[in-house]
Amino acid sequence: MNAAQRRLARDPNLRHAIREAEGGIERVWQQDVSRRTFLKLTGIAGGGLTLGFLAGAPHTAQGQAATGDFAPNAYVNIATDGSILIYNKNPEVGQGIKTAFPMIVAEELDAAWDDVRVEQSAISAEIYGRQVAGGSRSIPSEWNELREAGAAARAMLVRAAAEEWGVPAAECSTADSAVTHDPTGRRLGYGELADAAAALPVPDPGTLSLKSRDEYRLLGRRITGVDNEDLVTGQPLFGIDTRLPGMVYASYSKCPATGGRVRDANLDEIRALPGVRDAFAIEGNDITTELMPGVAIVGNSTWATQNARASLRVDWDESEASTDSWSSLEEQARALSGRQGREVIDETGDVDGAFETAAQTLEAFYSYPFVSHAPLEPQNCTAWYRDGRMEIWAPSQTPQLAIQNVSNALGIPERRITLHQTRIGGGFGRRIMNDYVCEAAAIAMQVGVPVKLQWDRADDMAHDFYRPGGFHALKGSLDGAGKLSGWEDHFITFTHDGREPVTGGSIRGGEFPDGLAENYRMTQTMLPLATPTGPWRAPGSNAIAFAVQSFHHELAVAAGRDHLEFLLEIMGEPRWLQDGNANALHTGRAAGVIRLAAERAGWGRPLPPGRGLGLAFYFCHAGHFAEVADVSVDENRRLTIHRVTVAGDVGPIVNLSGAENQCEGAVMDGLSTMLGQEITMENGRVQESNFHQYPLMRINNAPAVDVHFVDSDYPPTGLGEPALPPLAPAVCNAIHAATGHRVRTLPLSRDGYHV
Amino acid sequence: MISLNVNGEVHVLEDVDAATPLLWVLRDHLGLVGTKYGCGGGYCGACTVHLNGSPVRSCVTPSSAAEGQEVGTIENLAGDAGLHPLQEAWIEHDVPQCGYCQSGQIMSAAALLARNPSPGDADIDAAMQGNICRCGTYQRIRAAIHGAAEKLGGAA
Repeated sequence: MNAAQRRLARDPNLRHAIREAEGGIERVWQQDVSRRTFLKLTGIAGGGLTLGFLAGAPHTAQGQAATGDFAPNAYVNIATDGSILIYNKNPEVGQGIKTAFPMIVAEELDAAWDDVRVEQSAISAEIYGRQVAGGSRSIPSEWNELREAGAAARAMLVRAAAEEWGVPAAECSTADSAVTHDPTGRRLGYGELADAAAALPVPDPGTLSLKSRDEYRLLGRRITGVDNEDLVTGQPLFGIDTRLPGMVYASYSKCPATGGRVRDANLDEIRALPGVRDAFAIEGNDITTELMPGVAIVGNSTWATQNARASLRVDWDESEASTDSWSSLEEQARALSGRQGREVIDETGDVDGAFETAAQTLEAFYSYPFVSHAPLEPQNCTAWYRDGRMEIWAPSQTPQLAIQNVSNALGIPERRITLHQTRIGGGFGRRIMNDYVCEAAAIAMQVGVPVKLQWDRADDMAHDFYRPGGFHALKGSLDGAGKLSGWEDHFITFTHDGREPVTGGSIRGGEFPDGLAENYRMTQTMLPLATPTGPWRAPGSNAIAFAVQSFHHELAVAAGRDHLEFLLEIMGEPRWLQDGNANALHTGRAAGVIRLAAERAGWGRPLPPGRGLGLAFYFCHAGHFAEVADVSVDENRRLTIHRVTVAGDVGPIVNLSGAENQCEGAVMDGLSTMLGQEITMENGRVQESNFHQYPLMRINNAPAVDVHFVDSDYPPTGLGEPALPPLAPAVCNAIHAATGHRVRTLPLSRDGYHV
Repeated sequence: MISLNVNGEVHVLEDVDAATPLLWVLRDHLGLVGTKYGCGGGYCGACTVHLNGSPVRSCVTPSSAAEGQEVGTIENLAGDAGLHPLQEAWIEHDVPQCGYCQSGQIMSAAALLARNPSPGDADIDAAMQGNICRCGTYQRIRAAIHGAAEKLGGAA
């Protein structure tokens, strides 16, 4: 282990990140903090307005509820004029949570959606429990709490009306922000009841009755995003839009090989440049996810700092920096092709026996590259340090963790740090890390006035926590009846410490076909790595799905069988793969989406030469998804993706428009990534710097996407991630159907494919 | 020093170097932050504004090149009568995910509709392929442009 690997191995936030991304700590939070906080808050709500709302959040109305407002918990505030304010607690990163969460509250509250205004809440674990955008876990983990928040407020409004009229509450109903006494038709709006409701005790959540799916008026409908009007008129919403009085601007230059230190820099020369106020080196705390060494340039405008950077010369000490080379790592991995891994990480049945008695065996080697998150809003953060307090405006997916990170990096107690969440211009997992927040705060400590740190695009691409590349040496067997009899996957991944795979590069149990194939073995070999990695939309699954769902198709082809039938066969009887775990794969739900996608895509219909349909299924983040791609390939390997049909089962849909949008986006993201994206490192330096070298899908290549959901009453899950993994194998299987050529290496550009 | 006509108002900026990209003058000096920074190289289109009605990438347009021209930004696209039909269509079709690229998308689309009131898919592809949407809302962008074009046609 060299110094660069050791640094990443001991980085506490990298280990934490995968839990953030997968919601692994969710249950603990829910039981220990969020739940308790909710009960506590509702328990003291009788006074009506001040519910322990955090002070020090002057950009929101919190703590400033007008007298007479009805604020029974930290989510709902009803004013006497009937306007209903609902707080959204989690960061909005494009997943639509700022619309979806308030819809859940409004449904149980029976609020008319037009009466509802939404604001982002303060960041406070004490009030809101866990506040994270990641892992498609927001909806499942907050579903009950939000429903109870709306239902509790509704129950109090009903009781206030019943007392006003002197009638039993059971004779009253609610709809459109009003309570009606059904026998007499008398009606009082929520605003008229706010005063009286505020004086009532908050009901025990156990006494609340929540709606069943057939009673929904709002959930399941298509609702346009609450920020849409502000977005299309260019109002300031994003982190990058933050402007404060007297604010200055900063850039931060780190060593292009991660882990390098500043030995010397031409700081005097930089300070003399026009528009530059200061330039200084920062030592940092040697934690890659927090504060690494670099040179800050502070100026009167973003351009002054960017312009000055062109003249910056830094002598980097690279003795403890990464020297990784992607071409060399790839060579090492390919040399392991056809071998078993060094350790067995999962084994069921008798794989060797299955291979020995097989009618046919097949071997294939699959590989995929490192990729970047490349959110369109480059990393930025605004910070203001005064009187020993740090105030931060940050587009972070993990704002609570950001406070801890800044505290750790700069030695400021957490209670002296306030963080305001901004809208986020794309995350995809990148903003689970808060390095740019720590950098802004460190610069703010030096300058004493508000400062906005702005990374440029090259910074963003050079200092990401990448989705790691990976390799799968696969072997499968068919019995005499053409049925899958054995499956072995030698997964070649990366490690910092020689013990654990890197963040985003591990296989957990339950990846296809674990639990489905009777005889299954997974082995693993890890190559040393000093490049930072992290969670990227559907971590692990986003890449593994390509290998295993393509190879499963290879076996179907070898058996001379229809892929749809072959895929349904492995699902077998409808059952949960883990008894009692409603977040596990259910083979009946899987078969349901596979059939639905096939049916809607016209599986089996005749197609002209050079055109084919490809099918793939994947289960992750508690979501079941099947996709069919309809693809033409010409003689020059030019691809036309005509249509992608998506079928998903994620339980009840909150916002149908938002849900469809997430699936459409997942298809585009999957295509964009598989077509030509590849991050390469040489001598520790990422070679790609901007979109000319790291192409993103554009409108002229965007296929039509059809999205279909299975109506189901299973617990709901999030949609940010699970629709992505099946896309790449569906397209590769379609290419095979169209041409007979099997793609085993991504991106597709490696094999000469283009759009 | 530069003098710029932005959204019909003339701004004389004493301390701004004429080589400064128009993007940063709009954002940092005039506070018009609806125009976004995405790549700094003219690849992504997030910074699209109108120069005499034509779409340009303001991140690679020196302010000096905009002097004496009419600069239009997303903040001024809605008229006194209300939102531009494209803005309405964007809301109706619930186009945005993160929303970061959308002001640039809308500015490109507005320039397209100004010269071609009823564009076909190929016209939309040609006019819009300089604008990246990292979230992949292209299908909705296309539908919203068609929707706005129909409304404009209906109003004429």
